Amino acid sequence: MIPELGNFALILAFCLSIVLGTLPIIGAARDNTLWMSLARPLTAGVFVFLSISLVILGYSFVTDDFSVQFVANHSNTNLPLQYKITAVWGGHEGSFLFWTWMLGGWMLAVAIFSKSVPEEFIARVLGVMGLICVGYTLFMLATSNPFDRVLPLPPADGADLNAALQDFAFIVHPPSLYMGYVGFSVVFAFAVAALLSGRLDAAWARWCRPWANAAWAILTLGLSLGSWWAYYELGWGGWWAWDPVENPPLITWLLGAAMIHSLAATEKRGVFKSWTVLLAIMAFASSLLGTFITRSGLLTSVHAFATDPTRGVYILGFLGLIVGGSLLLYAIRAPILKSEFGFGNWSREVFLLANNLILVVASAAILLGTLYPMVYQAVSGGDLISVGPPYFNTIFVPLMGILVVLLGIGPVARWKRTSREYLRQQLTRVAIAAVVLGVAIPVLLTMSVPLGTIGVCVLALWIMFSMLRDVASKVANKPSLMAGLKSLPVSYWGMQLAHFGFVMTMAGACLTSIYSIERSVLLQAGQQADLGRYTFVFEGTRPVQGPNYIADEGTIRVLREGEFLRTLHPQKQLYTASNTPATHMGIDGRFLRDLFVTLGDPRDNGAWSMTLYVKPFVRWIWLGTIFIAFGGILAVTDKRYRRYKVSKQAAADEQPAEARLAGEH
Amino acid sequence: MSVSSTVTPGRRLQPQHLLACLVCVFAMWVMFSPQAQAQAPVDVYEFETTEQEQRFRQLSNDFRCPMCQNANLSSSPGGVAADLRREIYRMIMEGMSDEEIEAFMLQRYGDFILYRPRLTLQTVLLWFGPILFLLAGVWIARNITRSSGGRVEATDETERETAVTLSAEEKARLSRLLNDQPDADNPTNRS
Repeated sequence: MIPELGNFALILAFCLSIVLGTLPIIGAARDNTLWMSLARPLTAGVFVFLSISLVILGYSFVTDDFSVQFVANHSNTNLPLQYKITAVWGGHEGSFLFWTWMLGGWMLAVAIFSKSVPEEFIARVLGVMGLICVGYTLFMLATSNPFDRVLPLPPADGADLNAALQDFAFIVHPPSLYMGYVGFSVVFAFAVAALLSGRLDAAWARWCRPWANAAWAILTLGLSLGSWWAYYELGWGGWWAWDPVENPPLITWLLGAAMIHSLAATEKRGVFKSWTVLLAIMAFASSLLGTFITRSGLLTSVHAFATDPTRGVYILGFLGLIVGGSLLLYAIRAPILKSEFGFGNWSREVFLLANNLILVVASAAILLGTLYPMVYQAVSGGDLISVGPPYFNTIFVPLMGILVVLLGIGPVARWKRTSREYLRQQLTRVAIAAVVLGVAIPVLLTMSVPLGTIGVCVLALWIMFSMLRDVASKVANKPSLMAGLKSLPVSYWGMQLAHFGFVMTMAGACLTSIYSIERSVLLQAGQQADLGRYTFVFEGTRPVQGPNYIADEGTIRVLREGEFLRTLHPQKQLYTASNTPATHMGIDGRFLRDLFVTLGDPRDNGAWSMTLYVKPFVRWIWLGTIFIAFGGILAVTDKRYRRYKVSKQAAADEQPAEARLAGEH
Repeated sequence: MSVSSTVTPGRRLQPQHLLACLVCVFAMWVMFSPQAQAQAPVDVYEFETTEQEQRFRQLSNDFRCPMCQNANLSSSPGGVAADLRREIYRMIMEGMSDEEIEAFMLQRYGDFILYRPRLTLQTVLLWFGPILFLLAGVWIARNITRSSGGRVEATDETERETAVTLSAEEKARLSRLLNDQPDADNPTNRS
């Protein structure tokens, strides 16, 4: 009975989103205030019913209701409670419900936090999101209903959640990734609403920017969590595999990065309007493409859900409808969005354009590499090729190098017009210092000429010095340093922080690929092996009994140049229920390097095979992404995005037209 | 749905605060990392030189496991991958070059095994596509900046006109609206 209520709530959400997707949009077109004003309550209704649906699915998991097909497939009476709850997103149907609920959450957030946006505009935004919601809920009801029953004979016990997913990361990675991913539909809705109303100006960019930043920042975290999970789960030190299911989120992330930069120019200078809209459409399309790739059964991977051709066809149809429709609208309406403002050759606009150029080329290249094998197979009649990390690194790394060089100049350049002399005066000493120190430090530290490291150091210092130079020149005319630093707006610090994080991630990725070392050895108890500056002393193993596995736990003392550092405890496990072996790495993570050991197999003479790893700077990759995300969020908190609320409050008694004019200014 | 109006920004719980909490949790989690399962294979080969060992690692990274979903030889726990690693080891120890090993693998398993696709007529688009994208992009961007460069003066003109045509009342309203709102990205640049 209870699951049927969940199903019923889902149907109600579907019906309400149909109304939400039509009446407010029509109302906005006909200037019907009543119909427009339906948007907010309808949004709340959709969210409430989606929430009821989600909670009931969670309840079915917690109460072990195995008559629900989805629960029977992804849970088990012995599954710990936290995994029973999170198993909601452990499979295709439930994760899609969760995904749709996230959309409902974003819609509700738009309804609540966009008080300053004109009613007519917000009606269109929510209407467009309602249409997306129609597509999602219909998809669930038609092809993948999480409430489908196994009646009259439900299984006595469930098939259990995939053991690889029973990990803390599974509790946080999918929600953050989905939240970021789905957040791009808000920006898409703003873009389509702008096309519908023909109104695309600095105010539009200002309404849109916090959402774009928030979605992008959360997607950054989601991607980073996934990468981190892969790193410690897989146990061979890989943190990004350029897998066909990892690439679409990265494409969305890159397009999102391009979009928030383009939005900055649109807000500040009124340029790149139609380009920003196009980026918003493309970013959303790429998020749907990611959905299509993971859920269509087009390819197999750890991320792919159970395959069903009708689902693939449905998503592809939806993708075609949404993207085709919005591009058609764009083609009709974009000419009226032409910007009339000019900018000079060395202006900040030009550098933002270059940033967009590189980010979009990078995403296009990744898309090409991701889809090429599938197209190749179709065209050549079954021949298979693989496009893997060597290809993507060859393309991606040089592009990011160019991006970092430009990153040192862009923030220093001024809007509209910058003289070459100004840039020269600001950056000549920065460039010289970066080159001199960037060459000297690695050479002196290693007493050799490591070209890759020199490149990384020069570029990283180039960014750091140029940031400092920019801050210095901004506070130069202020009475004191503190007063100057305080006068800089929050969004400026957000930008600097995010750029710093980007450079940290890039530097970490490059340095770890240069300096990682590993060694596989066969050790008996008491024997030791050296790797770099570290000595690993194997003390032997002891049997360990886990909740649902048995294991041999090794004890390895790590010495650095003879001094005791840390004891590691890698495990070789055997999951008794499914009889699957697994290894559990012993890791020592520090700011400057990770050390870890994975245990192999015992040999006849009592020796164990094991692999030792030293991975310098690997942690920088994820720490950098935290700075990126935090910078993006800081930018959202800038007070200029809240200013209309305040002014509206102050002018609460004035006539509505006044407030509305202020909003439109 | 409670629709409370924002009176004092910064004191109410804003979505940004939740986001900030999320970031902090993630930060702590990265620093104090949990330990988890790993599936990487461990096999022990003795090499005569470190150069051989590096080649072994490089080669087993660049070949795809022919029987797995999407994994290279060095990370795949499967038996076929283990056999192929042994083959690579044997060939390295027999003194074969990287090219000879690649030719051997290619002949045995076809193009599927190469993560770095060969440059052939069918992969021209794959390898040169990104360069074409870049060139096309640069060309478009050049056109945009060129056509826009001429409008800088016109923009100045427009802005000056707008500035002049504001009435006193409008100016007062403008200054009220702009009150204590510095140009956020570029506060010193008030040209």
